[in-house]
Amino acid sequence: MITVENLTKTFTQSNTPVAALDDVSLQVPDGSVCGVVGTSGAGKSTLARCIALLEKPDSGAIRVDGTDLVSLEGSKLRAARRQIGVVPQGDSLLRQRTAAGNVALPLESAKVPAAQRRSRVAELLDLVGLADKSSVYPDHLSGGQRQRVAVARALAAKPSVLLADEPTSALDPGTTDSVLTVLERARSELGVTVLVVTHDMAVVRRIADDVAVLEEGRVVEHGKVLDLVSEPGSRIGSTLLPETDQASTLQLDSGGHDVVAEVVLVGFAAVGALLPEASSRFGVELSILGGGLTRLGDTPVAKFRVGLSGERSESALKWMIERDAHVRRAPVSVDGVAA
Amino acid sequence: MSDVTPWSEVLELVRPATVETLYMVLMSTLVGVVGGLPLGVWLHMTSPVGLTPKPLLHRVLGAIVDVTRSIPFVVLLVVVGSLTRLLMGQAFGSSAAIVPLAIAAVPFFARLTSNALREVDSAIVEAAVTTGAGKFRIVWTVLLSEARAALVGAVGVTMLALIGYAAMAGAIAGGGLGATAILDGYNAYDDRVLYVSVVLLGVLAWGMQLVTDWVTKLVDRRRAATNV
Ligand SMILES: Nc1ncnc2c1ncn2[C@@H]1O[C@H](COP(=O)(O)OP(=O)(O)OP(=O)(O)O)[C@@H](O)[C@H]1O
Ligand SMILES: [Mg+2]
Repeated sequence: MITVENLTKTFTQSNTPVAALDDVSLQVPDGSVCGVVGTSGAGKSTLARCIALLEKPDSGAIRVDGTDLVSLEGSKLRAARRQIGVVPQGDSLLRQRTAAGNVALPLESAKVPAAQRRSRVAELLDLVGLADKSSVYPDHLSGGQRQRVAVARALAAKPSVLLADEPTSALDPGTTDSVLTVLERARSELGVTVLVVTHDMAVVRRIADDVAVLEEGRVVEHGKVLDLVSEPGSRIGSTLLPETDQASTLQLDSGGHDVVAEVVLVGFAAVGALLPEASSRFGVELSILGGGLTRLGDTPVAKFRVGLSGERSESALKWMIERDAHVRRAPVSVDGVAA
Repeated sequence: MSDVTPWSEVLELVRPATVETLYMVLMSTLVGVVGGLPLGVWLHMTSPVGLTPKPLLHRVLGAIVDVTRSIPFVVLLVVVGSLTRLLMGQAFGSSAAIVPLAIAAVPFFARLTSNALREVDSAIVEAAVTTGAGKFRIVWTVLLSEARAALVGAVGVTMLALIGYAAMAGAIAGGGLGATAILDGYNAYDDRVLYVSVVLLGVLAWGMQLVTDWVTKLVDRRRAATNV
């Protein structure tokens, strides 16, 4: 469990203060993956560096499993750092050491005996799918392989928390996938709590349970991805879900619907069956005017703009809402055209 | 103009001189590395980009290093004459020349060391910090280890500079190929001795560069072939 409370950090740039973090609070529950997103300069790396105990915040608390780590010094600070595995932004492998040598570094810091070190390193390289690259130097590894070695290194000393800062930036989609798979395995096989900083929504879509949106150092959205997608006005929702194309809607609307609504459906059952069932149960004509289907992690999620025609259209909508569909009604003008 | 010195006599002159030059250069390089490496590490650690920035201390250390480095070697040679007498019991000969050479080598190598360490990517250093590594481990397994190729190169550059300085020291304090070239060659109008000495100095420098390059390749594992 990572708890960040009221974190504030101000840098001075040419005599003007820059609030990199402004009263940031967030929680990452045990064994979950939290994505931190935001535009460049939003403060993502600063947040990650504070949690990695590389940067001291001006005020606020950072708790990992309960204890506040902000004020630690000396050997206690070093011990706390060992609890937190970090994949820093950019290339961070020792170029004079093999993949195995790099993964061994945290174990050396923790003074793990050599024999144990070797077996642990082998275990980790296996976890990230690079068992055959153990004696290869970073310059001979691909970007994705280097990043996976960095993840293995971060996990070596059995931390309870894994921080990754832009682990997939500068990687192509296929390679990104291999790195994300490794992060997911870290969570599912080792049970670590993962905080991943990214500007790539595909990362959130693939592996995040929770997400926090930073903007100019403030958290403007934070919660479960599957909750946020159905919240009206959520940026996460509008970026992760399919567009419900307005222009074509207007055209199709000319046929005239009694009700036009945006419907968000989460999960297999809802996505597969809810719309047709509502249509047949209430005898309404239901046409899909826009939107589509996507997948968040393993969960299928759909966002449709639908037009309903028939006497019991309202009841059909109400029925869907009762079955956890998230329905937002579009205002309908007198002649039946959606405004 | 004297008769041309026979080759056997030339050889007799330059052989011990070559050994003396090697001795002066290698000994002062050794002192330079032993003293300059920790000084260079300290200089880097206290710098703004170092692990433990200490601006005031850094500026003082930097000033000492750079002021010593900027003293012309001939001046240093004369100034440290009395110190040499104190340390070596004499101010002449190749052993005595080691004192000013070493004094020149320490700040020279310190500056090269701190430059080499600055080239180590800060992301690599920070990654090591996050593993909970202590300062000593970071200096040893990250900074010095990652900068090893540049550091070996720095030893080479120091040796080359010292060959030049040693020739100068030899000409004034006696000893080495520099002394032979000037005293037995130039002053004695013996062109053969002069040119042979000069060529030998060149060959020494070239040889040292070759050895440096070879060692650099040996220690630099970055692009090492792997034994999978
Ligand atoms: N060491 C520093 N000194 C001064 N200002 C800094 C420092 N580190 C960060 N900042 C400033 O703090 C703000 C947040 O930076 P940060 O690196 O956290 O952004 P980011 O969200 O990670 O951006 P990116 O996506 O580009 O990595 C920026 O305005 C940046 O200029
Ligand atoms: Mg960043």
